[in-house]
Amino acid sequence: MAETELNVAHDFPALAQKVHGHRLAYLDSGASAQKPRCVIDAMSRFYETDYANIHRGVHELSMRATQAYDAARESVRSFLNAAYADEIVFTRGATESLNLVAASWGRTFLKAGDEVVLTQLEHHANIVPWQMLRQEKGIVLRVVPIQANGDVLIEDVRAALNDKTKLVSVAHVSNALGTVLPVEELIAAVHARGIPVLLDGAQAVSHRAVDVQALDVDFYVFSGHKLYGPTGIGVLYGKRALLKSMPPYQGGGDMIASVTFEETLYQEPPSRFEAGTPAIAEAVGLKAAIDYVQGIGFKKIAAHEAALLAEGTARLAAIDGVRLIGTAPKKSGILSFVVNGIHPHDLGTILDGYGVAIRAGHHCAQPAMEALGLVATARVSFGIYNTSADIDALVAALLKAKELMG
Amino acid sequence: MSESDDDLRALYQDLILDHSKKPHNFHAIAQADCEAVGHNPLCGDKLVLYLTVSDDSTIAEASFQGDGCAISVASASLMTDMLRGKTATQARALWAYFQSLTMGTAPPDGVADLDPDAVDRLQALAGVGRYPMRVKCATLAWRTLEAALDPASAKKVGTE
Repeated sequence: MAETELNVAHDFPALAQKVHGHRLAYLDSGASAQKPRCVIDAMSRFYETDYANIHRGVHELSMRATQAYDAARESVRSFLNAAYADEIVFTRGATESLNLVAASWGRTFLKAGDEVVLTQLEHHANIVPWQMLRQEKGIVLRVVPIQANGDVLIEDVRAALNDKTKLVSVAHVSNALGTVLPVEELIAAVHARGIPVLLDGAQAVSHRAVDVQALDVDFYVFSGHKLYGPTGIGVLYGKRALLKSMPPYQGGGDMIASVTFEETLYQEPPSRFEAGTPAIAEAVGLKAAIDYVQGIGFKKIAAHEAALLAEGTARLAAIDGVRLIGTAPKKSGILSFVVNGIHPHDLGTILDGYGVAIRAGHHCAQPAMEALGLVATARVSFGIYNTSADIDALVAALLKAKELMG
Repeated sequence: MSESDDDLRALYQDLILDHSKKPHNFHAIAQADCEAVGHNPLCGDKLVLYLTVSDDSTIAEASFQGDGCAISVASASLMTDMLRGKTATQARALWAYFQSLTMGTAPPDGVADLDPDAVDRLQALAGVGRYPMRVKCATLAWRTLEAALDPASAKKVGTE
């Protein structure tokens, strides 16, 4: 076992099972991560002891639930090193966070001819909401091309900016290719022209420490479920002044200061954007996940995943007929690849037969696939619980697949 | 051989691999009477189906093009082989039978009236029933056929 190797798989109950008679090698954390026992327990305990609706009752359980929900917000603030807890909006996930920005900020501040800059490697969640806005408002989407190795060049981002650019909305880390975008340089270049930046951190926050103040990023979004937390909860970070300038996203309870049929006064952020009863237990679970990840520490996590990426890259590249897709110099723990003569979908089924769980398809990034002349790839994505044993299982199953499909 | 090997071998049997590697009827038809495009949203695979119709309103020729996994290509290859000479009703009946085969549900009435050779050859894809995530791959060609047989198509395949 390498010196940098973490050994935390035993914290994850789902990983202890066999699949089709084989030890489970879960290599699909980029789609969704498994949950540690402490997250599952925190949610169960909350439901068993402290659950009630928040911000409503004066009774004991409502107070405890409200405190737990507020503590979760504070935990996210600290996790992102945001200046204020009211800059943290809870959503259903990164997708809803992006939709919220497009619908609230976009609809308010963008007009026909204004430009939003994306890259070719965006997840559909950072494409479709802007296309919907384009249809409604006549904005223009400008797309920064990717290199053949999946990299995004800062000069290409600069070239996409002009006097009509109103927002640059890009992935922090590509879900399909693993490319880590040069976000520090990008934000500096975009801010130099007075344009705000949104980073889609769905594939970043589980792998690296994110400091929104150091980045000086304007919006940052992520999902809880990729961070070893529950589904149904995500985060929108927005600078205080930006959030305050934005109208509500949805209407309902908990987002109002007062309602009459003549007029409704809205709450300040973040409540303004959290209409209705939120995902309370999920917020508690997200806090437990953040505590868990921070307990291990990103220094160890990054070293561990870098070692897995290096080993996985070398061992896949050594297999005859395997071609790695996405070989940017800076990468996160994602290995996209194709195998000669075997469609990724068939590969996914065959690997599953040997207990190896990977993703096969376009990874909700069809424009990125198209740019690289592909329809689909097979994708391995590492989490903190993976070890060299999972790579052994992957390689063995790949050789079996080649034999079967010969 | 482990259980996985057996299951996978049943799914990827020689007939399927042969059809996927050397698909039959894998070309466009410039003057097709019916044409339809099918998508598998799971993987982004795309299939274009072409049909020509004879004077007696049966399918004269069926062909396809596109990207796909072994299961979807083999299924399209087998399907286009067996459509020749069929009416729309016969083609739809085969599709209903195939659907029941892949879903593991009771076969529809009238199986005895189906082309026995076609029924026999469809058994090669029965193994997909054990892989619910892959049923969409096996049925992509047939779902595309359903669109191609839409009565709104330019030249109809007869139903009698």
